[in-house]
Amino acid sequence: MSRIVGIDLGTTNSLVAVVDWKTGLPRVVPDRGGRVLLPSIVAFTPDGVLVGDAARRQLVRRPETTVYSVKRLMGRGYEDVRDELCYFPYKVLPCEGIVKIDLGGREVTPPEISAIILKSLRDRAEAYLGEPVEKAVVTVPAYFNDSQRQATKDAGRIAGLDVVRIVNEPTAASLAYGLGRLKEGVVAVYDLGGGTFDISILRVKDGVFEVLATNGNTRLGGDDFDRAIVVWLLDDIRERYGAYLGRDAEAMQELRLAAEAAKIRLSTEERTTLTIPFDAFTYHREITRADLEGLVERLVDSTLGPCRMALADAGLAPADVDEVVLVGGSTRVPLVRRRVQELFDRAPHSQLNPDEVVAVGAAVQAHILEGGITDMLLLDVTPLSLGIETLGGIVSVLIPRNTTIPTSAREMFTTSVDGQTLVDMHVVQGERELVRDCRSLARFELRGIDPMPAGLPKIEVVFLIDANGILQVTARELRTGREAAIEVRPTYGLSDADVDRMVEDSFVYAEADVEARLLIETRNEADTVVTHVERALRQGGGLVAADEREAIGVALEVLRQIRGGTDRDLIHERTAALNRATEHLAEVMMDAALKGALESRRATEIAASPGES
Amino acid sequence: MNHFEVFGLPRKLGIDTAELQRTFYELSRILHPDFHQGAPPAEQASALEASARLNAAYRTLRDPIARVEYLVRLEEGRATREGAAATREAPPELLAEMFEIQEALAEAKAGGLDADGRRRLAAERDRLLARHREEELRLAGPLSAAWDAGDAGERPRLLDACKRALATRAYLGTVVEDLTEALGESQEGHVTHRRH
Repeated sequence: MSRIVGIDLGTTNSLVAVVDWKTGLPRVVPDRGGRVLLPSIVAFTPDGVLVGDAARRQLVRRPETTVYSVKRLMGRGYEDVRDELCYFPYKVLPCEGIVKIDLGGREVTPPEISAIILKSLRDRAEAYLGEPVEKAVVTVPAYFNDSQRQATKDAGRIAGLDVVRIVNEPTAASLAYGLGRLKEGVVAVYDLGGGTFDISILRVKDGVFEVLATNGNTRLGGDDFDRAIVVWLLDDIRERYGAYLGRDAEAMQELRLAAEAAKIRLSTEERTTLTIPFDAFTYHREITRADLEGLVERLVDSTLGPCRMALADAGLAPADVDEVVLVGGSTRVPLVRRRVQELFDRAPHSQLNPDEVVAVGAAVQAHILEGGITDMLLLDVTPLSLGIETLGGIVSVLIPRNTTIPTSAREMFTTSVDGQTLVDMHVVQGERELVRDCRSLARFELRGIDPMPAGLPKIEVVFLIDANGILQVTARELRTGREAAIEVRPTYGLSDADVDRMVEDSFVYAEADVEARLLIETRNEADTVVTHVERALRQGGGLVAADEREAIGVALEVLRQIRGGTDRDLIHERTAALNRATEHLAEVMMDAALKGALESRRATEIAASPGES
Repeated sequence: MNHFEVFGLPRKLGIDTAELQRTFYELSRILHPDFHQGAPPAEQASALEASARLNAAYRTLRDPIARVEYLVRLEEGRATREGAAATREAPPELLAEMFEIQEALAEAKAGGLDADGRRRLAAERDRLLARHREEELRLAGPLSAAWDAGDAGERPRLLDACKRALATRAYLGTVVEDLTEALGESQEGHVTHRRH
């Protein structure tokens, strides 16, 4: 089986890490030059597409076609990001619910930009491991909503990576610390990155990392610190030189980079000097740590409210927290550390490099999924409440925030008019009572309901949030037991067809033979299913009737015979058929495993307490 | 499979939550999708469904109030959430005062609240909050214990007592939230926090 790598797709930097099979130790994968951080920057130049440090060098020269901090645009609509667009030198356009970046002649979506970064990390991992890499665990801010998660998954697909799991960044960090560094108890992970802020409260016990509550702000991070400094510098320049540089894209990039560098120096020094050579004059400016703190204090303080909310949702007080972990480059800012320490009244952990800890945690989660680690389990939550629109634009909550995932909710729907064959549903995410204050996720249309008098059809709709925090919806008409057809119209996001097209004409696949690759993937999938079904029949064949066993056997034999062929659709179809044939068996086996566990538990309890009964 | 069955427990309200957590972790290690990653879709789907069912069961059973709400629903044969939003009913002994509270609320909303009015409203809120807590303790304590000890003949009466306590609690919760909101003391940044 090919390896699963862990990827931290950050606002500022991205990294890939993998756990060594032999030693069980996680490694952040360096590039040929030994650098582990890949700046999340993509530059489009006449000579081709550049990523990382090479792209970073284009920021000032080609501000209009060098894209940075694209994570802030992932899964968002134009209205969501409009007020921060003035900070980006590249042009962002509205486009049917999402945004596109105008590169002068070519328009690309945020997932396509992220895909270029992912592809670069994938190449890096392949060179390091010496084998193809097709699967990855990718991290996202815990407070990312469904659309933002989906956009991240889409980016993986465009990069030719199967994103087998989306993991929340603070939780990933706790897994990295979990390797021998954390005591059992309640842990608060404070994660302030380049563009996003998360707080997660976990209980760590018996190798289980159970997230109790999470909160955050997906538009708050180091970028905002830089912006605050830039605004201050712009005023200073206007005052001293009479020049307003706010509309000069190149100058703004110079200022942004200088502000970022000064901010970083001020984490270790009390004062520093900025020097920027502009055409008309060379700008010198001393900035002290106190200046910086005055500029960002409001931003830092705004992270404390979400911390208190998360604690309240977990039913805990700050004093109940045993350990505090700092994650993300922005937690190097001394004021941030001070505020966190004050809130929890405890010195925070920061032994692990805050830039690398999320990628390391992603690699640990990947290793759990590979079966390399069996004693650790992460139980995460959904950060936002999920609901449906009811009469009068009121939200009816189906799954409250901070529910452990995977989770599902059922709801019954019916018709209101005689002969109605369609039912509409509007699914939203958020914590407000009115639909218009929440985030619209998607509109679902239930079709093909048999014409009946109003109120007679009974359609059961199941809303399931999977372990990635992504919603899946299925519906069944209860009278007929028939699956109802659902058409999904995501409010913000790409359709499957969009993503397929992007895979076809992506920068990423230019060199690869797509057909050959897809055939190999299909055969691998068939092999996996064959191996598992053989095992399932051996272990649980006795739990189902003889004719069911026979039907599975026939489907199995058919797939074995055709899997070596070149007809990809046929292999795919037969794999699906075999899978359908084993659905019931899989269910029966899962129930048996559950019962077995409960019984063996009871047996141990009885054995352990001979004095009773 | 109902929530009690998922954990192999009898349909009783007295549950040792530390023990419940241990069982939850143990079952999660069997059912969680993480441990079925490489498996074919059928097995993954089963694991996903079973794991979702386990999580829902744990969430409900670990909370003494949610546990009672669920039991009432189960006893009445309502399998889904439908109609789950417990009816909010004013406790009869509070009915008279409620008019005063509503009036004070309307006044606060109109912005005509002086310092004295605020103090009275806050005191009222704290009193009702204490009543709310009392109702929760009654539900988790004596009412739950009575249900577990009661025989089949007493069940309808006990179930009814639980339902009334739940309705009272829900009502008090709403009024407390309205008062808190009117006083402008909601959690920072989340002015109209939704009621769950």
